[in-house]
Amino acid sequence: MAKQKVIAKVARQEQIAAGIFDMWIETALAQDAKPGQFISVYPKDKSTLLPRPISICEVNEDKTMLRIVYRVAGKGTAEFSAYTAGDDIAILGTLGNGFPLDAAKGKRVFLMGGGIGIPPMLELAKQLKKQYDVESRIVVGYRDNQTFLADDLAKYGSVYIASEDGSVGSKGNVMNAIEENNLSADIIMACGPMPMLRAIKQYAEANNMTAYISLEERMACGVGACLGCVVKTKEVDHHSHVHNARICTDGPVYDAKEVEI
Amino acid sequence: MNTTVNIAGVTFKNPVMTASGTFGSGMEYSEFVDLNRLGGVVTKGVANVPWPGNPTPRVAETYGGMLNAIGLQNPGIDVFMERDLAFLKDYDTNVIVNVCGKSVEDYLEVVERLADANNVAMLEINVSCPNVKEGAIAFGQKADALFDITSRIKKVAKQPVIMKLSPNVTDITEMAKAAEAAGADCVSLINTITGMKIDINRKTFALANKTGGLSGPAIKPVAVRMVYQVAQAVNIPIIGMGGIATAEDAIEFILAGASAISVGAMNFVNPYATIEIVEGIETYMKAQGVDDINDLIGAVK
Ligand SMILES: Cc1cc2nc3c(=O)[nH]c(=O)nc-3n(C[C@H](O)[C@H](O)[C@H](O)COP(=O)(O)OP(=O)(O)OC[C@H]3O[C@@H](n4cnc5c(N)ncnc54)[C@H](O)[C@@H]3O)c2cc1C
Ligand SMILES: Cc1cc2nc3c(=O)[nH]c(=O)nc-3n(C[C@H](O)[C@H](O)[C@H](O)COP(=O)(O)O)c2cc1C
Ligand code: FES
Repeated sequence: MAKQKVIAKVARQEQIAAGIFDMWIETALAQDAKPGQFISVYPKDKSTLLPRPISICEVNEDKTMLRIVYRVAGKGTAEFSAYTAGDDIAILGTLGNGFPLDAAKGKRVFLMGGGIGIPPMLELAKQLKKQYDVESRIVVGYRDNQTFLADDLAKYGSVYIASEDGSVGSKGNVMNAIEENNLSADIIMACGPMPMLRAIKQYAEANNMTAYISLEERMACGVGACLGCVVKTKEVDHHSHVHNARICTDGPVYDAKEVEI
Repeated sequence: MNTTVNIAGVTFKNPVMTASGTFGSGMEYSEFVDLNRLGGVVTKGVANVPWPGNPTPRVAETYGGMLNAIGLQNPGIDVFMERDLAFLKDYDTNVIVNVCGKSVEDYLEVVERLADANNVAMLEINVSCPNVKEGAIAFGQKADALFDITSRIKKVAKQPVIMKLSPNVTDITEMAKAAEAAGADCVSLINTITGMKIDINRKTFALANKTGGLSGPAIKPVAVRMVYQVAQAVNIPIIGMGGIATAEDAIEFILAGASAISVGAMNFVNPYATIEIVEGIETYMKAQGVDDINDLIGAVK
């Protein structure tokens, strides 16, 4: 399906942790949404014009609904958090490349999510299990004991938790959880804050593993036209012909070896 | 009903185009809009060689608008001609190539390379980008420098030349007059207005470049005012832009003196904006009993 901007309907929304909202959206865009892709949500308030990129957390069985899980971070997400069932929601999608599922075939897989990078791990874990019968080792890092999505994730693999304040699981971040539980894998797929992704890139290099990481950057168009959302690349990018790739279109998922973060 | 306008001998099926840098080369937005329905597609600024642009963050939202400091990242004229111009060959719309450079020689090189391109209707010379340290903007902020670069480009250009004016000047009519005196076929305005945003939580600039160019609905009244002033000062046609979101906005610019208009940042907000404006202008003309769009150009004196 071509990219589209559509007015969709909120099917339901609930708060699942302090400042974290869980919304199901009825939309035909769910039809071919892939793990690691995202949508952009437009605020209705005309003073906040730009669409907000949010990862696809889950797609329902019938592929008629998308789930997003997001943190209220500012004006736009505050507006979205007040939407209730039946409300209109303007979205652009589906955007980005998504995780290369076939790279995980027959491998021992780490799925690593930190904070608001956890949501995309859910559809990924689900599809890896469904399509390739891969039981992922899912390592997730939270701020505290509000371990949103951990129960959903447990359906598709073994979940290991880290929390910054040490209230659940390993104290620290996802790397601490790997160490404490003596975990290993062949390949990594991850999403989370930049310091976590940098640590994963290093860890993967040190252990000679491939890591696919999902990056974030400020976006305007979301479709590859404005060149706002670039990441530095090791090689000259095929589109830009400089060492910059567009996260919204060529990403957000990259082989960690290919990007300089 | 006639929606056709003529600018420097080039016929546009309607006065709606895309603003440089907000529409790529049309490829990305061709998933949303039929490019054949646009009066013109104005491409992202292209230089003689690839430019890497600025570090990120490159964009920041502001009240009713946005700041950008892309820094004119572009793949260089070779790739642009092979890929982007080739892509646009299949469409029935006027292609306007936006040209950038750091020295007069850079601009001339690109203009010369484009001389033989048969699907380039016009050239738009960006002498007004606020986000590039060297050169560029200086040409657009001093009347004598603008006169000089315009006349040198006119000597080698095979297509009609649009000089794109900066709003970051004391008197934009002086710049428009200099461009006209040097032989420019058209002026386009406005480029972005230099601005700044500070992130009070991180206590730093929102953009890595510190400053950026403001665009979007927030700048529209400034743009309309400048189009009006320039229309009173010169006789060459004007392409107006700055915050256009709807057909009503577009008509404001046309009434102020623009022969055509460009849609910029609002493509990001509504990828269908250009087509909606094409249709909305027709609806307005019908409702107002206007048979020829040319009767609206500069009608408000
Ligand atoms: C590919 C991608 C996927 C994302 N997925 C999720 C997700 O699943 N859940 C979630 O909670 N968050 C996610 N984010 C971050 C989310 O986009 C921001 O939290 C959100 O845009 C904040 O908007 P706001 O209006 O509430 O904040 P404001 O601060 O008011 O936003 C101002 C501007 O900055 C932009 N912005 C602010 N923070 C970010 C950020 N971290 N990344 C990119 N742009 C930002 C906004 O889009 C807006 O244009 C994702 C970001 C990207 C790039
Ligand atoms: C992301 C972005 C990139 C731009 N790049 C260019 C460019 O390469 N060359 C140019 O002449 N103007 C560039 N502009 C300026 C626009 O063409 C236009 O003049 C300006 O944004 C005002 O119109 P708007 O308010 O409709 O966006 C850019 C603007 C934006 C927002
Ligand atoms: S957000 Fe415009 S290119 Fe990515």
